[in-house]
Amino acid sequence: MEIHEYQAKELLAGFGVAIPRGGVAYSPEQAVYRAAEIGGARWVVKAQIHSGARGKAGGVKVCSSEDEVRQAAKALLGKKLVTHQTGPEGRVVHRLYVEQAVPIARELYIGFVLDRKSQRIMIVASANGGMEIEEVAKRHPDSIVREVVEPAIGLSAFQAREIAFALGLPAAQVNRMVTVLLGCHRAFRELDATMVEINPLVLTEDTQILALDAKMAFDDNALFRRPNVAELRDYAEEDPREAQAAEYGLNYVALDGDIGCIINGAGLAMATMDMIKHAGGEPANFLDIGGGASPERVANAFKLVLSDVKVSAMLVNIFAGINRCDWVAQGVVQAARELKPRVPLVVRLAGTNVEEGRRIIRESGLPIISADTLAEAADRVVAAKQGVSA
Amino acid sequence: MSIFIDKSTRLVVQGITGRDGSFHARQMIDYGTSVVAGVTPGKGGQTFAGTVPVFNTVAEAVAKAGADTSVIYVPPAGAAGAMYEAADAGIELIVCITEGVPVMDMTKVLPYVRAKGARLIGPNCPGAITPGECKVGIIPGNICAPGRVGLVSRSGTLTYEIVHHLTRNGIGQSTCVGIGGDPLIGTNFIDVLAAFQADPKTDVIVMMGEIGGTDEQHAAAFIKANVTKPVVGFIAGQTAPKGRRMGHAGAIISGSSGTAEEKIAAFAAAGMGVMRRPLDVVTLVKERLQ
Repeated sequence: MEIHEYQAKELLAGFGVAIPRGGVAYSPEQAVYRAAEIGGARWVVKAQIHSGARGKAGGVKVCSSEDEVRQAAKALLGKKLVTHQTGPEGRVVHRLYVEQAVPIARELYIGFVLDRKSQRIMIVASANGGMEIEEVAKRHPDSIVREVVEPAIGLSAFQAREIAFALGLPAAQVNRMVTVLLGCHRAFRELDATMVEINPLVLTEDTQILALDAKMAFDDNALFRRPNVAELRDYAEEDPREAQAAEYGLNYVALDGDIGCIINGAGLAMATMDMIKHAGGEPANFLDIGGGASPERVANAFKLVLSDVKVSAMLVNIFAGINRCDWVAQGVVQAARELKPRVPLVVRLAGTNVEEGRRIIRESGLPIISADTLAEAADRVVAAKQGVSA
Repeated sequence: MSIFIDKSTRLVVQGITGRDGSFHARQMIDYGTSVVAGVTPGKGGQTFAGTVPVFNTVAEAVAKAGADTSVIYVPPAGAAGAMYEAADAGIELIVCITEGVPVMDMTKVLPYVRAKGARLIGPNCPGAITPGECKVGIIPGNICAPGRVGLVSRSGTLTYEIVHHLTRNGIGQSTCVGIGGDPLIGTNFIDVLAAFQADPKTDVIVMMGEIGGTDEQHAAAFIKANVTKPVVGFIAGQTAPKGRRMGHAGAIISGSSGTAEEKIAAFAAAGMGVMRRPLDVVTLVKERLQ
């Protein structure tokens, strides 16, 4: 799960990371009020969408009067921002963050990630902040400093000092940098983050160290124990069906094709989508129904897939290990009776309790097309779709 | 001898009285696995399925029932604790089936398990099966058959699909291992490949990967340098769009890295047979078994 810049800053501030004064605004009037509240003579009005590179896309405006703040807010609210992270469809701006403009002396980069190789939290830092880290890695590879955190010990002050000195900070500011690094690390661990990035982290002309931009992402599997993080979810940032799927506890990704898919297991789901393409079709979605598919879960998956108007045929492919074919079959029959799908339905069951599952489908009297193998299922759903459109 | 599990495996089921734990404990017993104990805190003293003693702690299951391998069906919030407990009790092989374990927990569990000298498979994995001898986890027993092909996969249900193809075409397996799709796991492709290479009962290895990350590329490099047995590989997600995460935390193509093409090229460069579709496994393995 991702959150907005202003939310990340508020969270990090709670762990001792210094941030410029600022406030969130949903309207031009509110933006002006925020500017007055912050004081000073220069402000930055920043579009809040879940994406980096907002500056390049015109989502960040520097203002020198309250009227400029109002104009900037008017221009940004409701505007669609397209960055390389949003894809060509872009994201509509619903929230703004108004912040005091600070006099910048230097821009640094710090990022905390989970490193799969060391299986630990890794800190990546560079004296070349203000550009994307991928860019830094290309242009100034030698400027990148890495530290791996020992999980039983946590981030040590000496490691934080090593980073601070490696970034060339003056001795007087090393302790401030250590506070920032230790704070980010605590936030990462205590909030079950998967990523914390401050870019740029700036040294101001009056020797402060401030997080000028901040990005955090969180482990969806840990949201059950982080209610204060879970409540920061902004559904407006998500595909409505993907948000609905998350609520049902299903894993759904909307795609461009017209064959709706309900599959258990991510690997099999991907392989099934590949097979649909081999058979000449295009999947409308990725949907992993997960382990322990209760009839209710199956019914929810049906609702979700059928809510996509593009869908012209549906394939249910379940190879049951922890799932049970009889439960899945009950769910399919129940969902098909309740929802009366407007498109042909192909069901392929295999694995645990498969005979019972097939019997339930057979005896339901519903017009369900059965398939024995994956290849057969893919062929049949593509053929069924053509039958409908012909 | 197969790898990791065989007839001599003495299994304890953590979470044996839960919905999934009890169902799969029965399946494992029916398959012939020697399930020597179950653990559910507070239910010590009960008997499961008429024969299996239930204990309050894993330490008791080790001391009183001689368990050496554990399988975990505990909900995500308690899974890390179950892994610590198994490692602490001296269990040698821990298989964690649980899906949805917070990754931060795994950063602490993995070094602990390693320090105790135990092997962890998973989490979020289907477990392992040595056909005809022992099943630990949730891989359906009836789709497997004893033989000389070793399988390793990041995905559960895709493993079933491929094993099923092999079995239906008369090709049996030495051991099938699902390593799990989470970003931090206890046993990776290379660990399993090394075990199959050393196993006299395995002649051909099948490896199933997916898009995202670089594990398959590292495995291919390992195969080129260290594996003399023929290996056949598959990558799921060959037609997946860029930038969308396909379920597994790792399954995302970002930029040009982690694409199916890149991985398939690495497989080919390592001299592996490459399956374009799951059903290709049969021909490719048959060619190499002779």
